[in-house]
Amino acid sequence: MNPVATTEPRERLPLRPASDGPPRQGSTMTIPDEQDRKSEHSAAAGGERPRASSGRKSLSIRDVSMVFTRAEHSVHALDHIDIDIEEGQFISVVGPSGCGKSTLLKLVAGLRPPTGGEIEILGEKVKGPRSDVGIVFQSPVLLPWRTVLQNVMLPIEVLRLDHSAYKAKARELLDLVGLGGFEKAYPQELSGGMQQRAAIARALVYDAPILMMDEPFGALDAMTREQMNVEVQQIWERSGKTVVFITHSIPEAVFLADRVIVMSPRPGRVLRDLHINMPRPRGLDDMLTPEFGEHVREIRGMLGKADAAGGRDDRQTNW
Amino acid sequence: MTDRPIGEVEILGAPTEEASGSGVSWERFGLPIFVLFALMGSWEGIVRFLEIPGYILPPPTAIIRAFVSGFLTGAFIPDLAVTAFQAVFGFLIGSFIGLSLGVIIVLFPTMERIIYPYVVALQTVPKVALAPLLVVWFGFGMTSKVIVVALVSLFPVLVNVIAGLRSVDQERLDLLGALSATRWQIFWYLRFPNSLPYFFAGLNTAVVLSVIGAIVGEFVGATQGIGFRILQANYNLDIAGAFALFMVLSLLGLTLHGTLKFIERRTVFWTATQTTH
Repeated sequence: MNPVATTEPRERLPLRPASDGPPRQGSTMTIPDEQDRKSEHSAAAGGERPRASSGRKSLSIRDVSMVFTRAEHSVHALDHIDIDIEEGQFISVVGPSGCGKSTLLKLVAGLRPPTGGEIEILGEKVKGPRSDVGIVFQSPVLLPWRTVLQNVMLPIEVLRLDHSAYKAKARELLDLVGLGGFEKAYPQELSGGMQQRAAIARALVYDAPILMMDEPFGALDAMTREQMNVEVQQIWERSGKTVVFITHSIPEAVFLADRVIVMSPRPGRVLRDLHINMPRPRGLDDMLTPEFGEHVREIRGMLGKADAAGGRDDRQTNW
Repeated sequence: MTDRPIGEVEILGAPTEEASGSGVSWERFGLPIFVLFALMGSWEGIVRFLEIPGYILPPPTAIIRAFVSGFLTGAFIPDLAVTAFQAVFGFLIGSFIGLSLGVIIVLFPTMERIIYPYVVALQTVPKVALAPLLVVWFGFGMTSKVIVVALVSLFPVLVNVIAGLRSVDQERLDLLGALSATRWQIFWYLRFPNSLPYFFAGLNTAVVLSVIGAIVGEFVGATQGIGFRILQANYNLDIAGAFALFMVLSLLGLTLHGTLKFIERRTVFWTATQTTH
């Protein structure tokens, strides 16, 4: 397709709304279906980086509660959660296991209805699954009978979008996540990190303005994980999407996010909404700065206090 | 056909046997062939030494002679064709019905309560008991045998298809659910491909049963086919001929099984690589 793209993919990938970058000739990314949404977006986002601006609510979680009832047993998973997320923001959600982080993701994705409160996406109440939220699950969830490219194209087929138009985009996304040349491989031939990259490409391919990531790197080794964090930051900066990133790891949360939402153990409540104002793009060395350490310490302290039984030794708990 | 098991042996034996070189191929081919000849040789020796008459236990050489001449004179061919046709045709019909019923039962859960009891009831009746009735209804021709085979093949396919269509990961369902996939899309993109390895497991059981089904049908009442010839050979005390016909049946079963494995490895290619991880 584009021979130059392999040598210098970062500069060439027009993932951001079209108005941001210089005009591209023969743009493979111009897809008829998304024209409306795109222009609307870039108008709202304006400027050189979407998140720096609008203040428009991308995602509102209002007074959301979730109680699971099974027989006489009921579990209070989420307790009056209020979160407002602006367009283009990167939000991390941290908390101990079982604080309802993944439940929150399922509610936003419209996979389950909340038992209380409501969720709005771009000003519209969530009533069921919707195509403006892309999801990256804890495990890659790739279908073993489809090639990597076919897996990335799955949302396009299910949403009945123009297959041929999005194929080029799928290939560019695979280049972006470092899987160029693996289009025809099958998922089981890839390493865990590569599989998760393919899953990210799949979540990005249909232009959902919101990307939800549920502990996507939990199963990866520490080095791959750091590398993936740097890459997610780059992908986010170039795509201008609103990202909600759920994680166990406090350093990961601080490294990636504009805001870190700290949640308490069950029932999940928002303990703190912490703004991280460290400059971007952040590199791995920024994890050594005093500011970074201060944020990490603060969050760790909060979680330690909340989890009275858990004690202070955080090597024993899994954040 | 057997290249996979052999490959596994090679991997297992590699660290110790690779150095000696010939050791690997001796264990792979030499030893089994040696054991085969030793068994045949002692069989032959015992029969000759004890002077056991041919109508009780024929020596291997007599069986091989009957087997070879059966093919050379062309005597086996028409009967083999009849039995093979009955087995394959009945197997195809039975598998198709099993697959269709499985899909219907999973897609429309109310159908399970209506259909499934009959299927289980049918399965608990031995097909040997049904075969005479089917011969009365459909005659001595091939139809009655095809129906017996279809009935035998149906159940393993049905049970496996239902299991395969249902055992779908919740995460994969969520993935498609989050894209607001319809029930049909979930079926085509997820449930159906997911059920294929199970479907083939059912087919593998069914294909072996199909040969048995054809023979059972022929035993009850037929004018041609390998099963019919076995009965004839027994009446004539041509035990070497009967053994030769058993070999023909084994060959038929192996060929069908091998063909199916061949198709399976190309259709559900992902399962082989998955299990190695």
